[in-house]
Amino acid sequence: MAKIIIPSPLRKFTDNSSTVLTQANSVSAALNDLTNQHPKLRQHLLDDEGRIRSFIRLFVGEEDISALEQEKTSLGEHEILSIVPAIAGGLETPFN
Amino acid sequence: MSNLLSKEELARYARHITIPEFGVQGQEKLKKAKVLVIGSGGLGSPVLLYLAAAGVGHIGIVDFDVVDDSNLQRQVLFNVDDIGKSKAQTAKLKLQALNPHIEIKVFETAFTIENALSIIADYDIVADGTDNFPTRYLVNDACVLAGKTNVYASIFRFEGQVSVFNYLNEDGTRGPNYRHMFPEPPPPGLVPNCAEGGVLGVLPGIIGSIQASEVIKVITGVGEPLVGRLFLFDVAAFQTRTLKINAQQEVIINELIDYESFCGLNQEQDAVKEITVHELEKLQNLGHDYHIIDVREPHEFEIANIGAELIPLSTISQHVERIPRDKKVIVHCKSGKRSETAIRELEALYPFSNLYNLKGGILAYAKEIDTNIPTY
Repeated sequence: MAKIIIPSPLRKFTDNSSTVLTQANSVSAALNDLTNQHPKLRQHLLDDEGRIRSFIRLFVGEEDISALEQEKTSLGEHEILSIVPAIAGGLETPFN
Repeated sequence: MSNLLSKEELARYARHITIPEFGVQGQEKLKKAKVLVIGSGGLGSPVLLYLAAAGVGHIGIVDFDVVDDSNLQRQVLFNVDDIGKSKAQTAKLKLQALNPHIEIKVFETAFTIENALSIIADYDIVADGTDNFPTRYLVNDACVLAGKTNVYASIFRFEGQVSVFNYLNEDGTRGPNYRHMFPEPPPPGLVPNCAEGGVLGVLPGIIGSIQASEVIKVITGVGEPLVGRLFLFDVAAFQTRTLKINAQQEVIINELIDYESFCGLNQEQDAVKEITVHELEKLQNLGHDYHIIDVREPHEFEIANIGAELIPLSTISQHVERIPRDKKVIVHCKSGKRSETAIRELEALYPFSNLYNLKGGILAYAKEIDTNIPTY
């Protein structure tokens, strides 16, 4: 099974799990599986049209999927899909 | 011998100089270097301490803030006696005591579109230790426009990110910058820039130290700087990853922009109704029928609460039925922003007309009404 690494800011939508396993064999299938397992993640990962939000990058292994085949990028059985959001710091303002 | 370094300095930096790749030359490069550190807080503290200790000859510190007791959990430059004092000035005093052979310049101001380019003009390298998205994008864009290397680090809870942006390659091209990673910031209200921030105190110590080592590598040319790569460290899972930044995408930066608007701040919205903590106290004392809801997280509720019903912001829309419609409902959070968001969400779901945002949140209540309530 491939492993999806969930970053800290999104773990509250995965019951605090830092990793989620998936049998999916592509990035888009993995995202579907992930958001089916944890529906609250959807709006934070994808926009209204189902596109990955621009402040989130996805990597298969160490490669950005935008340098591969975007969501069509294949996901091998033992590969790692990293979700990497922009983070700014621990400060609450001006975003609280 | 060195023309630039005194006998005392040669002795002081002996552990650098004896590294073969480093030598006197490396130390001289440090002495000549000009580094601007933006933010002297969690990340800035270790960055400044190590750059000063290492002998970076010219350090600029940008920070408008004063030391607060809630800083001391991670900002190791400061101690209890410094509370209320200027961070930048205090940092300068500490660093000058650590290393009298360096020059430190203080900019006791916010880093803004008005002053950014003139402040960074005198420096070779910028170390970004800021804590909010508008300033991150401003630092990045100013570095790109001014042709400065931006040694970036960022932290959130248990995770840190480090990269070296806009690095001048040997062939004269520039390495990727922050916008190659994140073309746009998260809109307000969406993770990760929402609400319950927080950071493990030791994390900026680790990440800031890595940031400082990247600054030193860029200055001296020793090793391979983290160019085109993003280093991630999750201290909770103890997991490190180094990912490749895709530099193929076109990023055009022609000028500095309004970063508050770019990050979705300052957008005009209809005001939500508000109530002050003094008005709430009156309601409490007069025994009026009202309901109060706390939209913070359970761990915050545990630190301090004012007897409200806890419904965290992230679940508020699923609990509309728990919100009374026949009496005044006061919604509060830590300082008033999350509760405002909660009210907007609720009003979008149902035509409530009885929701009031507690101005200044529990912090204002603790300050003005009941000083026994802990603040955090």
